[in-house]
Amino acid sequence: MGSPRVVLVTGASRGIGAGLVTHFLDQGDTVVGCSRQQADRSHARYRHFTLDVADETAVTRMFHTTQESCGPVDLLVNNAGVAAMNHAVLTPIETVHRIFDTNVLGTFLLCREASKVMRRAGFGRIVNFSTVAVPLRLEGESLYAASKAAVEMLTRILAKEFAPWGITVNAVGPSPIRTDLVAGVPPARMDALIARQHIQEWAEVPDVANVVEFFARPESRFVTGQVVYLGGF
Amino acid sequence: MQRVIASIYQAIDEFNALAPASRQLEKSPATVLFGEGGRLDSLGLVSLILDVEGRIQADFDAAVSLADDRAMSRRSSPFRNVATLAEYIVELLGVNQGG
Repeated sequence: MGSPRVVLVTGASRGIGAGLVTHFLDQGDTVVGCSRQQADRSHARYRHFTLDVADETAVTRMFHTTQESCGPVDLLVNNAGVAAMNHAVLTPIETVHRIFDTNVLGTFLLCREASKVMRRAGFGRIVNFSTVAVPLRLEGESLYAASKAAVEMLTRILAKEFAPWGITVNAVGPSPIRTDLVAGVPPARMDALIARQHIQEWAEVPDVANVVEFFARPESRFVTGQVVYLGGF
Repeated sequence: MQRVIASIYQAIDEFNALAPASRQLEKSPATVLFGEGGRLDSLGLVSLILDVEGRIQADFDAAVSLADDRAMSRRSSPFRNVATLAEYIVELLGVNQGG
């Protein structure tokens, strides 16, 4: 994969996703982003699709349009995710569906469609998003962590299934970053969580971008089915 | 049926472009695909199915899922040879168009 690359980022309008879009544009890449919100970004090398990642028809159409206008996607960054922090006994079933639709079904759908175009190119890099809530088994985040544990297992098995086509599949598990996802969490709880890390600081988007870029490098062709957590656990 | 077979042949061209010499498929209704005497291993079958689904989408503007539970639970596999695959696709397109 030379530069410029074609990079697809889900959950591109806010938080880590928006930061990663900026990172890739700064690298000279062509970036396709999607989110449920409209884009408030205008850039010659950026194209935005307003969609739900769990909408099969919309996702398929996005890949088709991207293929026609930009060529095959080199790197898929499956960043879109929703969280709901609550005691399990107080969690409505609608919340369960919402979390699993976006985090698991959406990740699977994007991986599936990306693999079709990457297979033809004989090359592809997929980076999924887990969370430190998985190894920490965080109470109050049972469904979020369970959905991300599913993403980790998808990552490991898709890595096997896609390997013959030159596609690697890995995951990054960010430690807490100041985004909307944690905006509603009490500060004392976030401080206690960060105190459990080896590196007891808030992570930043460039820390995530660094891991994504490592997975994306052509030289990382032998790195697949791996999950890297930030912060140390 | 002839249009479907033509689409499968195009998919076979696309498949052959990526497949090793030992896995090349002949464009004939009798070409055995998978199972005894077939030229495809399981990964090759997955690749061919992707190519055929892509061609059907392009040629018929129809999204078909060739390897769903319906196909897998059949007594005789639609993936036995090109002719059985074509019959199965015609059946699916008929269902799609009717429903």
